[in-house]
Amino acid sequence: MSKTTDTDTAAEYERVDPPIGWDGQTLQEMLDHSEQQLEETGRYKGLEELEMKENQPFEYEQLYSRLRGALVSARETALNISASAIVREIGELCFQLYTPEGDCVALSTGIIVHVHTGSLAIKYMIEQDYEHRRGIQPGDVFCNNDNDIGNVHTTDVHTFVPIFHDGELIAWADGVTHEIDIGGKTAGHDLIDATERFEDGLYATCEKIGENDELYQDWKERGKRGTRTPMYWDLDEKCRLAGCHMIRNTVKGMIDDVGAETFKQFMAEAVEEGRQTLNERVQERLFPGTYRDTSFMPMPFEERDHPEPAASQDMMNHLPVEMRVDTDGGLEVDMTGASPPGPHTYNAAEGSMEGGMWVSLTQCLLHDGKVNDGSYFAVDTNYPEGSVVNPQDPSLSYQASWGSIQPTYNAVWKNISRSFLARGFREEVNAGFGMTSDAVQGGGQLDATGEYWAVSTFDLSCQGLGASAARDGLDYGYAMWNPESDLGDIEKWELLEHGAVHLGRRVKPNTAGHGKYRGGSGWEGLRTFTGSSDISMFIGGWDGVGFSTTGMSGGYPYACGYTVTAQDTDFAERIAKQEKYPVDDTPPGSLEEDIEAEDVDRSTAAVLFPTQFDNNDLLHWDMRGGPGYGDPLERPVEKLVDDAEKGIYTPDVIEDVYGVVGELDEEDREFEVDEEATEARREELREEREAESVPATEFWESERERVLDREFSDPVTWMYSGVFERSPEWTESFREFWDLPADYSISEEEA
Amino acid sequence: MSTKNDKETIRNLIDGTLSWEELRNDVLPDPKASNRFEVVREVLEERVDWDEPILVPLNDHLFVVGSDDGRLVKAECGHELCSTDENWKLHTEVRVREDPDQFEELYTEQQSPHPDWGFQLREFFCPGCYQLVEVEAVPTGYPILEKFEPDIDAFYEEWLETTPPDRR
Repeated sequence: MSKTTDTDTAAEYERVDPPIGWDGQTLQEMLDHSEQQLEETGRYKGLEELEMKENQPFEYEQLYSRLRGALVSARETALNISASAIVREIGELCFQLYTPEGDCVALSTGIIVHVHTGSLAIKYMIEQDYEHRRGIQPGDVFCNNDNDIGNVHTTDVHTFVPIFHDGELIAWADGVTHEIDIGGKTAGHDLIDATERFEDGLYATCEKIGENDELYQDWKERGKRGTRTPMYWDLDEKCRLAGCHMIRNTVKGMIDDVGAETFKQFMAEAVEEGRQTLNERVQERLFPGTYRDTSFMPMPFEERDHPEPAASQDMMNHLPVEMRVDTDGGLEVDMTGASPPGPHTYNAAEGSMEGGMWVSLTQCLLHDGKVNDGSYFAVDTNYPEGSVVNPQDPSLSYQASWGSIQPTYNAVWKNISRSFLARGFREEVNAGFGMTSDAVQGGGQLDATGEYWAVSTFDLSCQGLGASAARDGLDYGYAMWNPESDLGDIEKWELLEHGAVHLGRRVKPNTAGHGKYRGGSGWEGLRTFTGSSDISMFIGGWDGVGFSTTGMSGGYPYACGYTVTAQDTDFAERIAKQEKYPVDDTPPGSLEEDIEAEDVDRSTAAVLFPTQFDNNDLLHWDMRGGPGYGDPLERPVEKLVDDAEKGIYTPDVIEDVYGVVGELDEEDREFEVDEEATEARREELREEREAESVPATEFWESERERVLDREFSDPVTWMYSGVFERSPEWTESFREFWDLPADYSISEEEA
Repeated sequence: MSTKNDKETIRNLIDGTLSWEELRNDVLPDPKASNRFEVVREVLEERVDWDEPILVPLNDHLFVVGSDDGRLVKAECGHELCSTDENWKLHTEVRVREDPDQFEELYTEQQSPHPDWGFQLREFFCPGCYQLVEVEAVPTGYPILEKFEPDIDAFYEEWLETTPPDRR
């Protein structure tokens, strides 16, 4: 397809009459044929052999490297167009190339969770016959952030550009950025109080937003008026579009060099190679069998007075994962028994769950090779329709889908890690991760300029990583959704978050999950507000009232989180008098020692719904550690000395959990071990185990009585009753385990 | 050239005594040695005081072994928990923490589960030596999951193309 006119403002392209697929096919015909070939042969496009890879290996690998380089280059260049700290500083963007049918061939670095979300959006456009009805033309631009179709959560926004050659759609370029604000019910990039779609903010459902390489005026007006941070919205959009055009230029250059047919063959083989790579890696690293784990997502919404009546209840989601490693190298992931969707913001569409799969597998199993939709084709997933992990309901809120994705993949990682351990690859074991939840969000208006400032700090991307079976977890440096996690510089954040000043940020003692190998440590932060009006802040913390996951092989879960707010304080007076003011809450409860406040709210719920703040108020939050691995009594004493001196654990916890007795010199940070007392304490802890434990069968008997009497808390009743209503299979397994009558049920009415 | 896979390195890997540099440079990178499983199995068998062949490790201290009575879950200390047809956790000793003072032995008051939510920490111990072998963090009444059911014959016969050690 040749461009007929170039002007300073836009290109004009010749129209292409449908069909726009290859060899006279419509896109729907191409998609149908491809799916049929996969179904019949088990191989992408039925490829028996990777001819190009085998016969022209250098040309094949050169094409892949060139494409991958173009995608990374597009990302690295385009992010400089953005001004949002999320995109520019943290790199929360990603570019992908898809086949005409919507199968990912390659992707850049960044938030690689999107390897399959763009695929679903493209397939939606094909199935809705955009080819004939809406039109797909050279120079067109499409946008999608509709989670029900293909997206992770609402603030991830995709731009799609079709790439044509000689009257055929050759491929799609896709760029996605994470917006700092999307005009939802409140400010923020992961709203926690939305309960339905109509509160989520601006939605584009595979919408055509431009043609001839230029965005429509009305679309731009919509973004300008529909978001709280229109400048970031505008520049992020330009960043995505510029990146897609860079990719398009590279693809056209590649076609000029090798010809369209070779490029088509290359794309198909790259996807099939991705599929084969996963099968080979499974056989190399895992152990065939069935694996089970479950995560939980407590939602203390009644306790924290959720502003919407329907959501003002304490709830808990059930996220079970059964994984099967097949002898043919395939993986099956089945979430039968997942909770139903609910009036909360943690609903996760199937596409976002698939995204979580890829961002997980690329970190634990597929470090190398060609990561693309080929890997997707090698894994059978069952996210049950009508459940919280596949609601099939566009009217729900999907603002913070990570609230289901992250706990689910903690269970997946543990299943895969059990397999690594069975196979002898201890160094690859990972006991999971601290859920990133969402730290402080919100915004206010700077009095001096009237400018709105938004707080969307991505320092949440540094949690504790779980321990492996050979070493401790990484301290405050990991986020499962972005392998390039980065705390960012406070100074950079404060340039944008003018009114929300950091008072302190430090390692939070006793957050790391206990174990022979401990989980990574979490951290805490404290902020105040200055020079601003209309300040509204919230904290989307998870794992406050209970555990969402545990450790492995005797390792423990990481500590639960909490929040503290202090309002109507004497902070300004303290500053004026140069008196001491708080910089943390360590030990917990100490914040109030250095501040006078009319109203102090201290909650183990870890979540805070949007709350009005005034200048000089204080807001404290903490970030999670990682789960531990192995029996804590096997942790070497010298490692505990190091933990004490670094402030990872306090001496009382070291004595009670690890049995190491000593004294910490707070001034010099030196911990002196009392060897004799340590030996005695460790022996005492072993004896306590024997004295305080009972045969598991005895526990089973007593717990069964509680099950029969339905001695469950309200949120646990909410969880079981939802699962009983939704999943006969899981209900039957529950009855079978506890040997319950066939008519045993759990409902909220019976509670 | 694959990563180090000699017995000494694997012993140190299991003991956790490799330095970060050794772990990073000698063990973590790809490609991995294809016989890692066999080397690990040999090292594990050298360390126990009993003779049954280890077929697959379940965690740090529990193994599936072959025996005259069929395949069993056996602890490192020699205690035999059950046959592989059963959930080994039901053959352990368990301590359940569900009260605030029990949680606060592990975490501080602010960093422990809320007492009204009904969370439990179930600590499963080997009845032979009281080694901690698993910790579950679950709400009241949650079934005790059997977390791993290995396909041992398929692994040896189809992936390693050999006979399982207990049938050789």
